[in-house]
Amino acid sequence: MDNDRRKFLKIAGLSTIAGLGAPAAFEMLLKGEAPRSALASAPSHGAAAAAPAGKQYGFVINTKVFADMPGLANKCIEACHSIHNVPDFQNKKDEIKWIWETKYHNAFTVENPHLAHNVEERNFMVLCNHCANPSCVRACPTKATFKNDDGMVLMDYHRCIGCRFCMAACPYGMRSFNWRDPRGVDKETGRPFIARINPEFPTRMRGVVEKCSMCSELVEKGGIPKCVEVAGNTGAIIWGDLNDKNSAINKVLAENFTIQRKPELGTQPSIFYIV
Amino acid sequence: MIEKAFKGDARYYGWLALLMGVITIGGLCYIYQFNYGLGATGMSRDVSWGVYISQFTFLVGVAASAVMLVLPYYLHNYKTFGKITILGEFLAIASVSMCLMFILADLGQPIRALNVLLHPTPNSILFWDMIVLNGYLFLNLLVGWVVLTAEKKDVPPPKWIKPFIYLSIPWAVSIHTVTAFLYCGLPGRHFWLTAILAPRFLASAFAGGPAFLILLCLIVKRVANFDAGKEAIQKLVTIVIYAGLINFFFIGLELFVAYYSQIPGHMHTLDYLFFGLHGHDQLVPWMRTSVLFGVVALALFAIPATRHRDDTLGIAAILLFISLWIDKGIGLVIGGFVPNPLEEITAYYPSFVEIMITLAVWATGFLILTVLYKIGVTVKQEKAAGL
Repeated sequence: MDNDRRKFLKIAGLSTIAGLGAPAAFEMLLKGEAPRSALASAPSHGAAAAAPAGKQYGFVINTKVFADMPGLANKCIEACHSIHNVPDFQNKKDEIKWIWETKYHNAFTVENPHLAHNVEERNFMVLCNHCANPSCVRACPTKATFKNDDGMVLMDYHRCIGCRFCMAACPYGMRSFNWRDPRGVDKETGRPFIARINPEFPTRMRGVVEKCSMCSELVEKGGIPKCVEVAGNTGAIIWGDLNDKNSAINKVLAENFTIQRKPELGTQPSIFYIV
Repeated sequence: MIEKAFKGDARYYGWLALLMGVITIGGLCYIYQFNYGLGATGMSRDVSWGVYISQFTFLVGVAASAVMLVLPYYLHNYKTFGKITILGEFLAIASVSMCLMFILADLGQPIRALNVLLHPTPNSILFWDMIVLNGYLFLNLLVGWVVLTAEKKDVPPPKWIKPFIYLSIPWAVSIHTVTAFLYCGLPGRHFWLTAILAPRFLASAFAGGPAFLILLCLIVKRVANFDAGKEAIQKLVTIVIYAGLINFFFIGLELFVAYYSQIPGHMHTLDYLFFGLHGHDQLVPWMRTSVLFGVVALALFAIPATRHRDDTLGIAAILLFISLWIDKGIGLVIGGFVPNPLEEITAYYPSFVEIMITLAVWATGFLILTVLYKIGVTVKQEKAAGL
């Protein structure tokens, strides 16, 4: 009798645990809701459309303005790379980049042989999309890449093990890896890979992944991303909270036809292009 | 039983010394890579995984294939596999060990590897892969050792080992399924984003693993006078044929979906692998060799005249192993990165350092395999001789 009771309790206990735990685990896997940073405890807004409670900062990039103002894009790129100590190895194999220009069919991977000439010749600024539902965050085995409360996808350079699963998971190719020591110098010329170190931002070590941080280090002090600052009042880049109905960025989005990169993948990219 | 590993002839020690030599050279290369960074390899931001991860993927399959012996022997009491089931389990141990070494070799910050345990992240498939691989290693070590010890003492294996044996069967399927999930769950990599990836992995594993076992049986017969038995080997051949046919059928399905639907994203990587894409055709000779070797091997396996002769059987096993190694160990992982998400094509050539480290990991695997086989075969031979 006692033995039966014990058995029953055991089974009941085990099935309760399984019953409680399994659906939660399944839900997490199925919904693909990336948990936020281990430190952040704010309610999840992994899927921005479904839960517009939190913030989700994003950009509108007006490619017409960039086309009309040659040189502006390079200023943005150089400013970003220099304040973030992005190394320049001067070879494609070791290349690290946070923001750069590419062509329409590279950015949007759409085949259109009859694309308007001015669009075909135009450059498109690409950077991390800070997706509302990022596949890189889902893939990371250590939460070294995570979404913060502003909806930015960030990197913890001290936790990253360098497995590069996030690079395989990013459908936009926006992540770079430190194949070698970025703090080093070119052996032949003695040229340091980081021309001038900005002491306000950490340099990285070899073996970790990095990418655009939406200047979270500036935003948390009340600032704005560097590229937005460089673009100034040209209207080339508009930045703001996509979940705030009254934000300037939402006004621009409501009035202009915009496109995103690969929206069909469900990552909900937070960068919108005016073509 | 360990002591059996130390009693061998000159050939045995010569082979171990050769492996140790390769391991030493590869170890030195690894020290260089550790200090310089993964830039010592041929990988780049576009092809961000290379031979390390592709060897890992291939070897997970070899490890999983042990189930093709364990299942008939333990679940269906198929006695013919009694002599060689331990060879399958030991092959699994060596393969999983290699998998773990390849993952470590591929990490940018290997000393932080335990962060995976320190910050467990169940939404990452890599977290689950770590669990299933280590679990499988543990299961095979436990089962292999306990059953062999019992055999040595001439007693039936203890009853408590049964649940572990049964658990190892679905567990074998899980390691390759989870490994496929690493790839097929990623949006935007069209070549990998296919529900048939896990079944394809399993089919190729259940063909390649047993083919390798056939080869090992033939080698052990020659060098250690240990005959697995004609019936056991012929049964393995049957398994290889069916799994091989299913594997090629699955590849055919992939080709159909891509080329009949004409969706560019689905065709690009296949174009790159089999025909060349925009003039980039570095992998075309490899992939065509893979197809050719696979077809020839299956024919040699199927034709009665060749499947019953040790020499042609050995050639068939080698050809099929190479075929599947190219398909999974080169084409699948590297192909998935071409073209990159920006539709650019970047070529990848492994560096000298990378190749030496890869060879050293294989040599370590063979070292583990040799020592384990030495122990297993000696125990069985002593028992057979009534010692």
